[in-house]
Amino acid sequence: MANEEMEQLVSSEYKQGFVTDIESYTLPPGLDEEVIRYISSKKKEPQWLLDWRLEAFALWKEMHDPQAWANIEYPKIDFQAISYYSAPGAKDKNAPKSLDEVDPKLLETFEKLGIPLHERAALAGVRGVAVDAVFDSVSVGTTFKKELAEAGVIFCSISEAVQDHPELVRKYLGTVVSKTDNFYAALNAAVFTDGSFVFVPKGVTCPMELSTYFRINAANTGQFERTLIICEEGAQVSYLEGCTAPMRDENQLHAAVVELVALDDAYIKYSTVQNWYPGDEEGLGGIYNFVTKRGDCRGDRSKISWTQVETGSAITWKYPSCILRGKDSVGEFYSVAVTNNFQQADTGTKMIHLGEGSRSTIISKGISAGRSNQSYRGLVKILPSAKNARNFTQCDSLLLGDKCGAHTFPYQEIGNATAQVEHEATTSKIGEDQLFYCMQRGISEEDSVNMIVNGFCKDVFQELPMEFAVEAEALLNVTLEGAVG
Amino acid sequence: MIEIKDLHAKVEGKPILKGLSLSIKPGEVHAIMGPNGSGKSTLSAVLAGRSDYEVTSGTVTFFGEDLFAMSIEERACAGLMLAFQYPVEIPGVKNVYLLKAALNAQRKARGEPEIEAPAFMKLVREKLQFMKIDNSFLHRAVNEGFSGGEKKRNEILQMLILEPKLVLLDEIDSGLDIDALKVVAEGVNSLRDAGRSFLMITHYQRLLDYIEPDFVHVLNDGQIIKTGDKSLALELEDRGYDWVVEETA
Repeated sequence: MANEEMEQLVSSEYKQGFVTDIESYTLPPGLDEEVIRYISSKKKEPQWLLDWRLEAFALWKEMHDPQAWANIEYPKIDFQAISYYSAPGAKDKNAPKSLDEVDPKLLETFEKLGIPLHERAALAGVRGVAVDAVFDSVSVGTTFKKELAEAGVIFCSISEAVQDHPELVRKYLGTVVSKTDNFYAALNAAVFTDGSFVFVPKGVTCPMELSTYFRINAANTGQFERTLIICEEGAQVSYLEGCTAPMRDENQLHAAVVELVALDDAYIKYSTVQNWYPGDEEGLGGIYNFVTKRGDCRGDRSKISWTQVETGSAITWKYPSCILRGKDSVGEFYSVAVTNNFQQADTGTKMIHLGEGSRSTIISKGISAGRSNQSYRGLVKILPSAKNARNFTQCDSLLLGDKCGAHTFPYQEIGNATAQVEHEATTSKIGEDQLFYCMQRGISEEDSVNMIVNGFCKDVFQELPMEFAVEAEALLNVTLEGAVG
Repeated sequence: MIEIKDLHAKVEGKPILKGLSLSIKPGEVHAIMGPNGSGKSTLSAVLAGRSDYEVTSGTVTFFGEDLFAMSIEERACAGLMLAFQYPVEIPGVKNVYLLKAALNAQRKARGEPEIEAPAFMKLVREKLQFMKIDNSFLHRAVNEGFSGGEKKRNEILQMLILEPKLVLLDEIDSGLDIDALKVVAEGVNSLRDAGRSFLMITHYQRLLDYIEPDFVHVLNDGQIIKTGDKSLALELEDRGYDWVVEETA
């Protein structure tokens, strides 16, 4: 098949690109202490949190955009041209107390995105999944809170958690990703607006899947969410986030921070299906997705597992990581990243082994099409204390067409002689032979490409919760959808 | 069934087929033999529709239709199947999934409904047993880590399930031990009937002991230079190709 045909085949259509026409209050663009005070007062935050934000802001001003080392290119971002707060409703309107008070237009928006917020509809649709829906800078509602509370699980927006469980937030916030961790983490600490909070107490297995859906709607705003998930001793939770945004010609910034804490014998499974607007075929517009995600396996035998399916964003810059502090703790990273047209992705993970007998697994699958450029960047660091630590890394890249790029940057720092570290990497072009084979059996070109790409991603998809595995496969097919030449 | 007339084809600008003509009627089994580089595999690739082969002149009609006006998958759905010499590996795609997708694509093209899962599994199990293949085979990725013999048996398994009208067997005997060759030949023979035809490409007469051809053709420098019956293959085995080339020169 000729390359032009291949290009047509992978040309995509973004189905979540609509704009919701809703009254909203948006701060004028610009960033200074006043903006931070406004966000903090809007969320009725205690003084310590405002101080924390202001401290982060002061430190951020001294830091530099980390553009230099990542394998991505973008024009310098003017942080004074972005609005840092946008909420649906009039300026002085208070947040809705329950789902019944939520503007029907918002419910409709999430419905359209396949995220029903009515619990009855939710029950019929996605079985056993509680949802927190975040629209621009605020959470518009969380389902199944009551049922979860009965099990002792707290699932709410981080703004609510600051009000209702300040002691928990104060104890854990910023303990995994410090406010000075990096440029975008510092910015997030200063201006974060909403995000989810999960607390699963000792010995409890969360009775349903938890999920947060992030939606950017307002133009010219950034979304800075902050998510904090804590599993006490022996607790378990499976959490999934999804995200989309309208199609716009200008780039929008999304700079999130996610912190996970797992105590002894706890297990956190965190899955992401990232489908931010990727920009158009010419590379115009799209989300800059600059995210810091880190899990702390603080307890012995604790386990944190990251699974990500990254199909969206103009630029993705993220490395969901694990600090394997506990003895025999386990970190996992399963990733599928698809880039098309002019998308760029520099993504991977860090596994920091401190605990004796800690183990980590990294499986990364990158698919590049169009003129996109993609890098896997991963660090496996084994400290002297991590006796008998083990790591297995496998990075596979698949190229569709001949104008895209795939790069692998594996870093290994091994601090003791008992560690076992394995690394495997492959790069291949989608096989003309594979395509010909499938088509010779009567399968259409488009179905053949989907079949081969899905097969390539199998190891990662099987790590997703069942409902989402199907969604991820469908999303992948849409990203690679197009007229057959 | 298929009429090939004065076919010329190039690979990377180099002429390989230089006026090949061949007619296959329903129910016939043809064998094409010839020295390396004579164009045997090019013929099967051109008929199946590989894009890196360029047809420069000549016509091929398949059931009266212009074969070159059909896409790869249309040819397959019309009943043309190529059993590959080197079946490709497709990691992560289960055998059973490919089989079902292929069968349903072909049924859809014929205007038939998709096959129900129980009926499909029954059909597959029956054919597996016939081909002496373990059930676990279904859940392995397509050809991944298969031995040479397993790959060839997998091609025949697909043939038994898809029931094509014309099968191109491209060196199906290469890399097979005698037991595997027998199983493969039994698979092929079980499908022989008045409405189905085979075109076997092979280097060795041995295959023809198990799958008896009606016609044997000698291909040399892109043309069929001699046609005979089964005895021609025996003669080639005995005397090589040179005498045929000299005879027709």
